[in-house]
Amino acid sequence: MERVLQSKASRRIRNEWYWAWFFIAPTIIGLVVLNIIPIFQTVYMSFFKSGDFGKSNVFIGFDNYIKMFSDAQVWHAVANTLLYTLLVVPVSIALAMLLAVLLNGKIRGKSLYRTIYFIPMVAAPAAVTMVWKWLYNTQFGLINYGLGQLGLPAVNWVNNPNVAMISIAIIGIWSVIGYNMVLLLAGLQEIPRDYYEASEIDGAGKWRQFFVITLPLVTPTLFFVLVTSMIQSMQVFDVIYMMIDVTNPAYENTVSLVYLFYNNSFKYSNKGYGSAIVMLLLVIIMIITVFQMKAQKKWVNYM
Amino acid sequence: MTHNKIATGVKHLFLIVGAAIMIMPFVWMLLTSVKTVGESTSLNPFIFFPTVWKWENYVEVIQQNNFLRLYINTFAMMAIRVACSLLFSAMAAYAFARLNFPGKNFFFGLVLFQMMVPTQIFIIPQYLMVDALGMRNTLFALVFPGLVSAFGTFLLRQFFMGLPKELEEAARLDGCNIGQTFLKVMLPLTRSGLMALGIFTALFAFKDMMWPMIVNTSSNAATLSSALAKIQSAYSIDYPELMAASVLAVWPMLAIYIMFQKQFVEGIATSGGKL
Repeated sequence: MERVLQSKASRRIRNEWYWAWFFIAPTIIGLVVLNIIPIFQTVYMSFFKSGDFGKSNVFIGFDNYIKMFSDAQVWHAVANTLLYTLLVVPVSIALAMLLAVLLNGKIRGKSLYRTIYFIPMVAAPAAVTMVWKWLYNTQFGLINYGLGQLGLPAVNWVNNPNVAMISIAIIGIWSVIGYNMVLLLAGLQEIPRDYYEASEIDGAGKWRQFFVITLPLVTPTLFFVLVTSMIQSMQVFDVIYMMIDVTNPAYENTVSLVYLFYNNSFKYSNKGYGSAIVMLLLVIIMIITVFQMKAQKKWVNYM
Repeated sequence: MTHNKIATGVKHLFLIVGAAIMIMPFVWMLLTSVKTVGESTSLNPFIFFPTVWKWENYVEVIQQNNFLRLYINTFAMMAIRVACSLLFSAMAAYAFARLNFPGKNFFFGLVLFQMMVPTQIFIIPQYLMVDALGMRNTLFALVFPGLVSAFGTFLLRQFFMGLPKELEEAARLDGCNIGQTFLKVMLPLTRSGLMALGIFTALFAFKDMMWPMIVNTSSNAATLSSALAKIQSAYSIDYPELMAASVLAVWPMLAIYIMFQKQFVEGIATSGGKL
């Protein structure tokens, strides 16, 4: 009797295993083929020099890495990528936070504002960059026309090496504000109303409420937004690719790591060198993420 | 009281200026797209509105770039990616959330690991695989990297974990097997999660430019995003036609967004919040 029960139980357990393996099979097989194996292949390829047409790969040990560390363009790309991140992440999060706080209270037209601010998020970056490039046009652009009306000199937004990165960052900020705002707004709405009511009874003003209640309690969302937008910014490609071609005088001052990866891997078909560049990107992102995980203990309040 | 009114007024003023900055590039895109080249570059007097609405720009751009083909490619890619990632992610997510099996932690570790690595690291090997299969310039190539989704698996797992256990137990007592419980009881309850993942996947696929640019170089196999990159280099200075192409590439997703704005915004908020 006991044995029958036992075998029945174990049959049920096994039945659950089979179903579970069946359920995860497509995803796991897909991940192994599409992602896990490619990671090892990329590492492996970074030790090779790709021959013409990618057929005759030659093992060259650490030469790609040695070349990379003495390649001024790679260091420019690292600096440009970090600069882009440093420009876009703080400004976009600060503005998104401001908007989210404004929209969190009782305000008319809340959902209309939310809808409008989110619009850039649903537009293809290629199209967005083209229209900004047109707005930035030195002679015929709307922005320089506006500056002219104010009596200011025209700016060479796209081709001036000292300005181009700022122009690119403006597009980046404009594109991502709505997304960050929506996430922060969701975080703000989780803060219990009673906290505000209690502090109002205690006579706290709006500013004090913001710094004592809102800001500390939204830090988990803020942390999430910070981590994801930093990782996103470190991988910037579309906007720079569309705005700055290789012959642009501002190319050296704007080329990002992923743009350089793309050029080397697919334009110059040196996939070995491209792989080494993408490994560098991986290492930089890992360092930043580990640093943020460590730092979060100091400023993120989990309720 | 008046102090409050002024504060509200300032708030609205700020929000309206911000909203204008958000919309202005799209308005300018639309206005430029129906101007002649001469009008788009005339400064004195500066022309905001076209004197003659030159819709021919659209006709020319559509004919020269086979936009019908681009729409088909883009939406077929989006549909297949959404279908695959919803189905496979939901299955895996349910197993990770509710079933016990050997290797569970190891396999879930793989899912988490994939999410932490920048996607560019997969691109060269994925390209070489598509190339080796002789599948460049096909719909398969466009869909290939998006067949499964680690992010989707993680996201839907959170949704399944939030559902009460009693429902499942009741279904099992009624004689449903695990597959039926999943399909008939649990899956319908995660509709908001599926919606969020579907929107996220569709949006990502629509905006992705690098992969289609690499793998589908023939203009008949391009997507809207990757075709724009080519069009830009072809038309270099004809801004009205470039803007017409941009409008053609932007409007479908914009229209879908306006129709389903609530689902979009909430989908993004929940998919972000669940991570």
